[in-house]
Amino acid sequence: MAARPGGMKRFYVVLGVVAVIGLGALWYQLSRPATASIPANVTIQPSDTAGFRGYIKGSASAPVEITEYADYQCPFCQTFATLQMPTIEERLIKTGRLRWRYRDFPLQQHQYSRLAAHSAACADEQGKYWDQHQRIYDGQSEWAGSSDAAKLFRRYAGEAGLDLDRYDACMRAGKYAGRIQASYDEGVRVGVTSTPTLLVGGRLYQGRFDSDAITRLVDSLAPRTASAR
Amino acid sequence: MIYRMGAALMSLLGLFVSAYLYLYKIGRIGTLACGSGGCETVQTSPWSRIAGVEVALIGVIGYALLFVLAMLALQPALASRRWPADLLSALAAGGVLFTAYLTWLELFVIHAICRWCVGSAVIIVTVLVLALLARRRAPEPRAT
Repeated sequence: MAARPGGMKRFYVVLGVVAVIGLGALWYQLSRPATASIPANVTIQPSDTAGFRGYIKGSASAPVEITEYADYQCPFCQTFATLQMPTIEERLIKTGRLRWRYRDFPLQQHQYSRLAAHSAACADEQGKYWDQHQRIYDGQSEWAGSSDAAKLFRRYAGEAGLDLDRYDACMRAGKYAGRIQASYDEGVRVGVTSTPTLLVGGRLYQGRFDSDAITRLVDSLAPRTASAR
Repeated sequence: MIYRMGAALMSLLGLFVSAYLYLYKIGRIGTLACGSGGCETVQTSPWSRIAGVEVALIGVIGYALLFVLAMLALQPALASRRWPADLLSALAAGGVLFTAYLTWLELFVIHAICRWCVGSAVIIVTVLVLALLARRRAPEPRAT
């Protein structure tokens, strides 16, 4: 029954090789920077949605509210955020005519959408949501094709003046994965199938929009008073 | 002996797989090399803990026990004894049953498949087959 000494020796050599490879692989994984990845389909806890229904920009008394369901990695959302939103903000949001509600709708085919949404959520914790939101959209061409988008989001967070220790802890914990999933689920419930989609007064508008179309829409829902013209 | 050697090698492999999943679970590894995203769904689901214990940690302990037992079974004093192979078979059979339950959860409750868990399932089934073969090879206990 006992193995020949030569056989045992060969076995210990193979065992040693497997051990070295296995330990080496684990050591390599541990030595890499712990870039976060944000899981999909997480179980949503009540605390994920308590008191939170999107990121809001504009006055609480604005007569019109638009909810945008968007994906940070979607090119149309990027064009909309960088080219149209600044005008919408100047013309409608800052003048108190429109309140903007942003909801995450990360599409499955986009590798970094959830990570981007989570990075912005972690910035929100430090009161810098819109800075990070805009920086992520501005840098879409830079991070969408990179091998480590988390590193770039972290750089943006640093540029926005976030406390990076708090940001890292938030990202590592995947603290807002449930909130993002809840936002996505809400979009599915109201009928969102693509991004960007706008929800205005119970109606969905899908496709490409420009600031003029949004202005006309707001005008039709809440005509300007003579003094506001 | 070859089957006991095989069981030891496969247990060591399983130990590394479950250690990798456990290190991810406790936040020491940022992302899992998975491809489909199913690993993270499974690893962050409520079923990734049983009675407050991480499933991956149960895997680490189980594979470590299997490895130690298979190595003991190879030692000259025990190489011709049957009981180490019996014990190895019993422990591996428990592992296979536990893995079957976890695979059922993945398929019908979580609706996501973790490739590393599939890898672990293949490993534990292989350990059981090798342990059973080692058991067949070992002589029957002599009546006293």
